[in-house]
Amino acid sequence: MKYTIPAEEVMCSGHKACQGCGAALAMRYALKALGPRTIMTFPACCWSVIDGPFPYSAVGVPLFHTAFETAAVVASGIRAGLDARGEEDINVVAWAGDGGTFDIGIQALSGTTERNDNIIYVCYDNEAYMNTGVQRSSATPWGAVTSTTPARHFKQERKKDMMAILAAHSIPYTASASVAYPEDFVKKLNYAKSIKGTKFLHILASCPPGWRSAPELAVQLARLAVQTHVFPLYEIHEGRYFRMSMNPKKKPITEYLKPQGRFRHLTEEQVADMDRMVDERYEYLLEQAERSKPYFEDKKGN
Amino acid sequence: MQKVIMGNHALSWGALLSRAEVIAAYPITPQTEVVELLSNMCADGDLDAQFIKVESEHSAMAASMGASAAGARTFTATSAQGLALMHEVLHWATGARLPIVMGNINRAMAPPWTIWTEQTDSISERDTGWLQIYTSSIQEIMDSVIQAYKVAEQVYLPVMVVLDSFVLSHTNENCDIPDQSKVDAYLPKFENAYKLDVAKPAAYGGLTGPDWYYELRYKIQKDTERSLDLFEETGKEFGEMFGRPYGLVETYKLDDAEIVLVTSASIASTARPVIDQLREEGHKAGLVRIRVFRPFPSDLLRKLLQGRKKVLVIDRNISFGMSGAFYEETKAALYNEKSAPPMWGYIAGLGGRDVPVDVIKETFLETIKEDHPEGDIIWIGVKK
Amino acid sequence: MSEEIKWTKESDMPLMAMSMGRMTVNKTGSWRNLRPVVDKDKCNKCGICWKFCPDVSIKMDAEDYPVVDLEYCKGCGICATECPKDAITMVKES
Ligand SMILES: Cc1ncc(C[n+]2csc(CCOP(=O)(O)OP(=O)(O)O)c2C)c(N)n1
Ligand code: SF4
Ligand code: SF4
Ligand code: SF4
Ligand SMILES: [Mg+2]
Repeated sequence: MKYTIPAEEVMCSGHKACQGCGAALAMRYALKALGPRTIMTFPACCWSVIDGPFPYSAVGVPLFHTAFETAAVVASGIRAGLDARGEEDINVVAWAGDGGTFDIGIQALSGTTERNDNIIYVCYDNEAYMNTGVQRSSATPWGAVTSTTPARHFKQERKKDMMAILAAHSIPYTASASVAYPEDFVKKLNYAKSIKGTKFLHILASCPPGWRSAPELAVQLARLAVQTHVFPLYEIHEGRYFRMSMNPKKKPITEYLKPQGRFRHLTEEQVADMDRMVDERYEYLLEQAERSKPYFEDKKGN
Repeated sequence: MQKVIMGNHALSWGALLSRAEVIAAYPITPQTEVVELLSNMCADGDLDAQFIKVESEHSAMAASMGASAAGARTFTATSAQGLALMHEVLHWATGARLPIVMGNINRAMAPPWTIWTEQTDSISERDTGWLQIYTSSIQEIMDSVIQAYKVAEQVYLPVMVVLDSFVLSHTNENCDIPDQSKVDAYLPKFENAYKLDVAKPAAYGGLTGPDWYYELRYKIQKDTERSLDLFEETGKEFGEMFGRPYGLVETYKLDDAEIVLVTSASIASTARPVIDQLREEGHKAGLVRIRVFRPFPSDLLRKLLQGRKKVLVIDRNISFGMSGAFYEETKAALYNEKSAPPMWGYIAGLGGRDVPVDVIKETFLETIKEDHPEGDIIWIGVKK
Repeated sequence: MSEEIKWTKESDMPLMAMSMGRMTVNKTGSWRNLRPVVDKDKCNKCGICWKFCPDVSIKMDAEDYPVVDLEYCKGCGICATECPKDAITMVKES
């Protein structure tokens, strides 16, 4: 068999993720790319449970569980500690949910990013606070139902553009990814490993119970999110230069929304509203990518 | 080397002599000089450390946790609002068993805004599991940082070195700055047996149920108790090497004392001439300065205080609805003793109100006048 | 594969909540309601099922056919959905 992603498994079976958990898939891929010379830190999130209770662990690399709002800066601290002792070749990775990234952890993340500390930050985005029972986060998309945004008053605010916020810190590399495209994710992590500074990866990680969808559809939904332009895959280099990782012909947004109970309540008009927002954002990204073309032509390769 | 330095710089020198490898700190009055001097020491290459200029105290402690977990000797310093902001992660540092050393400059809590001294900031963190040393001279601040690492790294617990704002932080005194080689002999390089290590991958701090969490807390308590002996041993050893011994408490004219003042920090320094005066006036007065507050030296205080006629405690901190912390805890330590003396608890000097000789004398005279204390809290000098 | 760790007293434990073994002690196969069954006749050995298993529960055998590790497979059905050849069927566990 020809492997399109590394064959080696660092993460093991037996972890505590729900059936069809995108966050578990994301970790499996990430560790394939990062390899065993990696140290991780997790704030409070589903992964603080998935990894397993004391005295067991699933990730297979050193891991420091930390407070909800501290992932980025704990990673900064680990990096400084390693550098002080001359162990500069180890990947230091903060691995956090959308709540720990978009909301409570944004201050520390901004600090780490502004200092351009040499770490990789991965936000696995399941678009709500899943660990505590599916409450809304600022990463929850417009229109979604969560346990704090009921159908009669679904989420009225648009998803925060975290990629733009990170890019505004002028870090070398910001990229989005999806668990449906592991080769793309692995490639992006390999690039992140190869450069110094703060690297931010934002990976959409489907969550069957939180999205009220069937577990067997987890990968398909993560793929449809990209194909319907809801969650575009792109990179921002040096905080300014955009590049689409793929630019698929748009599928109808309903293909993505229909299988998810969290969007079931939306009327046709509301779906059309959402579609408009998606298009608006996608067009903006295409414009940015167009503008950035000369940069990538000069750069060649990566 | 002899050098006139301010209290804040004594913290920086302590970190330098301890060869701190990572420093993460955020400025707050009256702590800023600690960070500034350390930045300069790093920039000039006198101190070979990574300096993380974090965006908050919360991140200062979180970064310190990461660095310490990676095996580096780590230092930070803060005060009042900054310390309170760290609260959640102070618990984290203890639970993760990280031997971080932090300077805390005692400043009263806002509102209203204030920058003057009071211990309520560090007292509020007494249940976080941080070991606490309350200092009373510039020299002691520097020496305590070095000693703190020696204790912290044996019990895998964090230590806070505490000093009064302005009274100590911004006062200059002549200090003996020991030779680096001597400090290296006292405090060798540290290899953390539990550090994050790619050769021995392990997860730290994973979900723990009631079946074993309890035992982990028991271990912290046992090691905290053990640190009491270590503070004594390392303090004695410090004396042998540098000529300045340190203990859990410091006493003054205690041997035959009938009325004993228990207090801490700079108030204890001011109290010495008061003891002398009282003795001249025929009162057998004595002093106990509590230096190590966490762990609380209960056994030692029982030994020192039982059988005395009267004990009074002056606290520059308050636990609203109760009293001052040094009073509460000293009284609790003696509660089960048959010959426990009656104890008076005075509050003084909150928000940096001066506690001069005559205020301390007043507390003594009040105590002498009464047979038994009325209530648990006596305010000195409230303008009524 | 990891052994279950059994302590009887606090002195058996590490100083802090530090892992001593791997989660392979946790046999998640018991969570399963549906079991993936591979039809070798339809399979083209592409490995897509292996790639998308969140539970690292598919291995490719010597002939490159997928083998489901029933000790851990949670029965999510992703492999069956993603298989381009419809070579995996989810059958009810008895
Ligand atoms: C300071 C603090 N506030 C609240 C919590 C409770 N809490 C734990 S995880 C979590 C939500 C995590 O959401 P996210 O970061 O999106 O990760 P997910 O659980 O979705 O994987 C919350 C609110 C906490 N642990 N700490
Ligand atoms: S709730 Fe969602 S993210 Fe959390 S473990 Fe389950 S599937 Fe994964
Ligand atoms: S995905 Fe289907 S065709 Fe491909 S290896 Fe698996 S079972 Fe065979
Ligand atoms: S059903 Fe799910 S867990 Fe089982 S092998 Fe298929 S993808 Fe893996
Ligand atoms: Mg989430």
